[in-house]
Amino acid sequence: MKAAVIVFPGSNCDRDLAVAFRKAGFSVDMVWHKDPTLPEGVDIVGIPGGFSFGDYLRCGAIAGQSPVMQAVAAHVNRGGYALGICNGFQVLCETGLLPGALMRNAGLKFICRMQTLRVETTNSVFTQSYAEGQQIEIPLAHHDGNYVTDAEGLAALKAEDRVAFRYVGNPNGATDDIAGVLSDNRRVLGMMPHPERVIDASHGGTDGWAMFTGLTQALVAA
Amino acid sequence: MRATVTVMLKQGVLDPQGEAVRHALGALGFDGVEGVRQGKVIELDLADGTSEDTVKAMCDKLLANTVIESYSISMG
Repeated sequence: MKAAVIVFPGSNCDRDLAVAFRKAGFSVDMVWHKDPTLPEGVDIVGIPGGFSFGDYLRCGAIAGQSPVMQAVAAHVNRGGYALGICNGFQVLCETGLLPGALMRNAGLKFICRMQTLRVETTNSVFTQSYAEGQQIEIPLAHHDGNYVTDAEGLAALKAEDRVAFRYVGNPNGATDDIAGVLSDNRRVLGMMPHPERVIDASHGGTDGWAMFTGLTQALVAA
Repeated sequence: MRATVTVMLKQGVLDPQGEAVRHALGALGFDGVEGVRQGKVIELDLADGTSEDTVKAMCDKLLANTVIESYSISMG
């Protein structure tokens, strides 16, 4: 099992994400944003949190146009897996690989704290090791996590069971309390909270670990 | 030549920053400010002969996120 973690100037959760993948049994390659290709045989691409390109223009906008994202899009379009966390979610929305957009938090403040989420679907490799409706504690760290989609987009996400997580107590004004969404083939997940930060009890929690064990199980079986 | 691109949130998209500015104006005693929307202005210095269609492509591809933003272009 092979994971690639993309590194942009300003990424700051790239190593955390690599640690989580490695702990789950993946070999991990770090891939610089200027690389036009991904390493051979990559099963999943991780797009980490941080402040790529200083959040200039819009969060994730410049990163979304970097050479490696064309390779990521090709990987996704042939059915590859991708996980975007926080800034990674913003990048995936900017590239159109996930629907919607992330706006400034409704309260205008940067939010950095633990947040309760509800697992809304177990029908994905990312969420299959959770129970539907399970409440988990995952940290937030964002200024622009206010998920926006129009009425039509929201109806499609709900009808297709593509809302992966909702906030219990909306921290940022996100439409319909949405914290994470899946692509139409359910192989791309974007979410604002940071599961990679809660995979070790000594770091304050382990509720993120099931995401990575779920990925391992799914990819070993595949 | 110069093009000026104005990017605004689409009508119907709540603008939390604009709302904060509206409240701040009210707190300063400016009554009657019924709405504030905040956007951005991007000035492009372009080679002569660059078409408006090219600038439009720049907007669609990078300068605006058309999921939530609209833009207008002023050439010259």
